[in-house]
Amino acid sequence: MTKDIDHISKTEFMEKLESYRKGSITRRHFLNVTGLGAATAVLGATVPGLRPSPAFAGNIGDRVVVATWPNYHDPANFEAFTEATGAHVQVNVFGSNEEMLAKLQAGATGWDVYVPTNYTIEDYVKEGLIEPLDTSKLPNYDASAFDPRYAEAGSVDGTLYAVPKNWGSTGMAVNTKHNDGKPISSWKEFFDITMDKFSGRTMVHDYQLTTIGSALNYHGYSFNSVDEKELADAEKLLIEVKPHLFAITSDYQPSMRNGDAWLTICWSGDGKQLNTDIPEIHYVLGKEGGEIWSDYFAIPKSSERKEAGYALINFLLDPQVNAKEVLAHGYPTADSRTFDLLPDSLKNDPILFPAQELLDPLEFGAAVTLTDPNRAELMARFKSA
Amino acid sequence: MTHRTRNWLLLAPAGTWFLVMLIIPLSVVFIFSFGERAPSGGVVPAFTFEQYANLPARWTAFKNTMTLAPIGTLLALLIAYPLAYFLAVKANPKWKTILLVLVIVPFWTSILIRSYAWIFLLGGRGIPALLEWVGLEGIRLINTPFAVLVGIIYGYLPLMVFPIYVSLDKLDKRLLEASSDLGAKPWRTFLQITLPLSIPGIATGCMLVFILLMGEYLIPALLGGGKVFFVGNALVDLFLQSRNWAYGSAVAVALVAVMLITVTFYMRLISRLGASREDVSIM
Repeated sequence: MTKDIDHISKTEFMEKLESYRKGSITRRHFLNVTGLGAATAVLGATVPGLRPSPAFAGNIGDRVVVATWPNYHDPANFEAFTEATGAHVQVNVFGSNEEMLAKLQAGATGWDVYVPTNYTIEDYVKEGLIEPLDTSKLPNYDASAFDPRYAEAGSVDGTLYAVPKNWGSTGMAVNTKHNDGKPISSWKEFFDITMDKFSGRTMVHDYQLTTIGSALNYHGYSFNSVDEKELADAEKLLIEVKPHLFAITSDYQPSMRNGDAWLTICWSGDGKQLNTDIPEIHYVLGKEGGEIWSDYFAIPKSSERKEAGYALINFLLDPQVNAKEVLAHGYPTADSRTFDLLPDSLKNDPILFPAQELLDPLEFGAAVTLTDPNRAELMARFKSA
Repeated sequence: MTHRTRNWLLLAPAGTWFLVMLIIPLSVVFIFSFGERAPSGGVVPAFTFEQYANLPARWTAFKNTMTLAPIGTLLALLIAYPLAYFLAVKANPKWKTILLVLVIVPFWTSILIRSYAWIFLLGGRGIPALLEWVGLEGIRLINTPFAVLVGIIYGYLPLMVFPIYVSLDKLDKRLLEASSDLGAKPWRTFLQITLPLSIPGIATGCMLVFILLMGEYLIPALLGGGKVFFVGNALVDLFLQSRNWAYGSAVAVALVAVMLITVTFYMRLISRLGASREDVSIM
């Protein structure tokens, strides 16, 4: 048995990646720019040299491929899964739901588990890209344990296609050092301060849903609006703000960490990670509203290792395992069994579990928000303006 | 086997490659460009010029490409020529090979990694911090057109150096001696002998760099912060983010057309320069 002798261990590898992230390169950016996420999926599936040792393969096969978001799992959990089943976990990281959808639409294969956000599931079902889930293969899934608010998008027309992973919010991260120690509290302030004393220091996502959504919130419109006039107002604001932006990127952690940027649209888990390492960076929700979302586990129809896919999802749904996941990614769980296992400091964390009055104005993204051609074109116009 | 069959057989691999990897995909893109965006992304067949009519919405991307690509090519030429000249004419033959290898060495690392290095160098804790130290405060470099230009020149310089080096290296040194014997000053020898004879190298270098720059995607994405947009970046967005394949195809066709026109014009210019040089040499 010469397992793992000729290469670094997976833990070590993940730690290396982690330190990359804490430095200035992140996988999200790296993979976004290179398309390496999809490339590794293809490579991993075809190059025998990249396959893990079959000596440990159990009856679910020797490997399972996950398409997921950056900084979204505890690598130790994957190690434990491999120990238990013999199947190695191969992780492909993606930059956006659009990218994931575009690649599956274009016929990309090789993934066994993926992590779609609430508003995409309906489209995956419509396009026939997703498999209904067989709950008999998911004994750790207990529907009654989940807050329905974060679980209902997993079912389409009464059929279960996806089970909840975790939820989160989209707000903003601000380095209060540059604002006399004060955080900001609204999208109005976010864009106004960008055009004023934060000029050249603000980042917006390279993602239409959140960037256009925030600009809509600025005007007091719905985050999900597809109204032509309201979108025109949002576009006007974005074009006006563009010269004052530091960057249009979903890879905002490095620039926030090294001090080049002071303000960014931010997902709550990233906000938690930034705040933990640099306390003067605060994560806040816009009081006009913003996005609340829930990510799910699903199995693409094209998967050739469905048993392994089920096994991995079931493993990650184990409350003990899931609690470790939460500690690693910093996003709140919708599973009450997992919640009970969290340390009190996290149960009461205002970034993970904000006060109800802050959550009330938030909206779930709608399917039409993702696929609306006008929003997509608006974002592309804004970027090439 | 007849002569003819043998020729065909020899050409078959390249021909097949050309057909499968270039002609067919380009035809598909051309057909897509007359289609419409499918409701949830992609393309549905149609016959409409709507996508072409909408091209002005990407004017800035074309403008950025059409300004930064020629400027980048020109700056690369201005930096590469003296270097190539030194390597070919002035450098001690003993060191020549080592110096040439030094020009190639950066190619051993992927352009992606090397461009990433510039993110640190141009970012707030890199060169701007140094400038601040000498009293120049508040200078921002990363995510500007300047950063993109630096990346472009850095990335493509060797492609400019080598063709020029080759043409200067082949240059018959006796011509230079003759020129000097006949009383020409060094700068005149350079302008009338060296420079005209290196035009093929300059032309090749500029062409290589320019064509690659027109399709550039990576460097603006990394060093432009999503704000300095090339047509290449617009295309990636159209296919992966807004999933409007029809419009994306039209933009791609427009880019190919712009490149064809520019390159044809450029070739004409070069062949005219070449012709006038022959006139001179006849006199």
